[in-house]
Amino acid sequence: MIELEGLTKRYGDKTAVDQLSFQVRPGMVTGFLGPNGAGKSTTMRMMIGLDNPTGGSVRIDGKHYRDLAEPLKYIGALLDAKAMHGGRSAYNNLLCLAQSNRIPTSRVSEVLDTVGLAPVAKKKSKGFSLGMGQRLGIASALLGNPEILMFDEPVNGLDPEGIHWIRNLMKRLASEGRTIFVSSHLMSEMALTADHLIVIGQGKLLADTSMADFIQQNSRSYVRLRSPQQERLRDIITEAGITAVSVGDGSIEVDSATSEQLGELAAGHQIVLHELSPQRASLEEAFMQMTAGSVEYHAHSDDSEAADPGLPPAPRWGQGSTKKNKGA
Amino acid sequence: MTAPTPTPYQQQPMGGGYTSPIPVRSTHLGHALASEWTKIRTVRSTIWTIGVMFVLVVGIGLLVAVQVDDREFVDAPFTIPALFGLLLGQICIITLGVLVVSSEYGTGMIRTTFTASPQRWRVLAAKMIVFFAVSFSALVVAIGLVGAATAGIHSDAGSTSGGDWARGVLGGALYVSLLGLLAVAVGSMLRHSAGAITAMLGVVLLPSIIGPIMGISQSLQAISDKLIEYNAPNSLSALFSIPMSGDEGGNGMKQLALLAVVTAAAMAGSFALLNKRDV
Repeated sequence: MIELEGLTKRYGDKTAVDQLSFQVRPGMVTGFLGPNGAGKSTTMRMMIGLDNPTGGSVRIDGKHYRDLAEPLKYIGALLDAKAMHGGRSAYNNLLCLAQSNRIPTSRVSEVLDTVGLAPVAKKKSKGFSLGMGQRLGIASALLGNPEILMFDEPVNGLDPEGIHWIRNLMKRLASEGRTIFVSSHLMSEMALTADHLIVIGQGKLLADTSMADFIQQNSRSYVRLRSPQQERLRDIITEAGITAVSVGDGSIEVDSATSEQLGELAAGHQIVLHELSPQRASLEEAFMQMTAGSVEYHAHSDDSEAADPGLPPAPRWGQGSTKKNKGA
Repeated sequence: MTAPTPTPYQQQPMGGGYTSPIPVRSTHLGHALASEWTKIRTVRSTIWTIGVMFVLVVGIGLLVAVQVDDREFVDAPFTIPALFGLLLGQICIITLGVLVVSSEYGTGMIRTTFTASPQRWRVLAAKMIVFFAVSFSALVVAIGLVGAATAGIHSDAGSTSGGDWARGVLGGALYVSLLGLLAVAVGSMLRHSAGAITAMLGVVLLPSIIGPIMGISQSLQAISDKLIEYNAPNSLSALFSIPMSGDEGGNGMKQLALLAVVTAAAMAGSFALLNKRDV
């Protein structure tokens, strides 16, 4: 169990993490979602005592991280795949970590085996590919067989096989009753692995909800209809007391009726249908809508659709980052 | 906040906490020492810096020992030939000292290290102890070897007193190891290999260059004299009983004491900064 209370981190006058309070509970995968620059990594660094919070606190099983005697036995963290000395072999990189936490040396070979790096255990980690680096980072997280595991964007740079492996690994670890906290900026990835979801944007908590609820609330389902007699079809649907919206490409979208109802309605009036399909807006869209106001770095296209007048303008690229760099 | 709905892949009921099967017992400095010992012996920079220091001290030392005449050692200790290699070899020890800390910042390893050992002081203390032990023993062996070889070659030249042996071998090794320790502290504060090595080269070399230049001006004469007397090359020479200038007949103990004070101050600074900064 990890508890955050009013966690705040400021760099100069830029607030990277703003009054963040939530809990990460055991026995499930908690997804930590936010666009780039939302403060995910900063939050995770504060959780394991690497960065000092400006305000608020993080408690791990009721204790501060720095008060844990052998932190690797409580928490395993993969924050940065390349956070190893490249001139040292994979085995020795893990060995010195094990020694500092009184973990038996035999565990080193065990975890290297778990992540599939046993054949290159004696090779310098400098020559590792991004995927191998991620696996080595995961091996270091698993070293103490901890009850809490934190992964910062673990699928970055992995091939499909590696992504599949890591998804299953996280699910297996969670099913053993461990607390899994994993960050990502990909909603689709989270939808596959996470049971619970925490969404932040510009350092602020936007959502703290179960995955199922998030899907239910945020993915709009509707029925799309296309017909050569579009005008008539629309009138009929409206007469039946159902709201229909014409979309630009000559189709009609209906939110509040099932495809069965609409099909029968059209058949009753002998209208030819070219399409009758139930649709579901993607979670990615829902996520983008939720965080649209708080995206740190926008790509600017000439297309006017990029700028939504209903949302506060996000800071231009570089505007907020100068201070951050100075403080970091 | 709503209760999460269990998903099909979770066979086990939720809420059943997991505890690491590895028993949790408290760790102490000894574990940090073991960890740092593994670190220092498993990177190539250690072999290179210590190796080059050894080649310089022993190689140049033996060359000098063979070249000079028996008469030179009538009123000078047998350890003197080691001094010439040591003047260059100290750079290797300084480089290793800086790298012991700053290479971790350069590679990002420091985040892994501090995640594993949030008691940061313990990590830095272990680094300093392990580094000091490694460099001091390597230096004692190198200087001792040159001294013994010189004594063997010039066996007719009289004898070197025990005090002179100790000052050359132990004092010389201690002085250079302290410089290295200072480099560890500077590396920890600057966190950047090239910057810290440059700073340390400045500490070692600048006083010996600036000192004589300042001497040109009458008003700066006092400062100039101190710089000449206490700069690193001259301090080492004094420990080997041949100070190049100032404090004739001095035995180098004042200089050793000054370096110890400076190093202690830098170490205190590095420990004070350690917990305050983000990594």
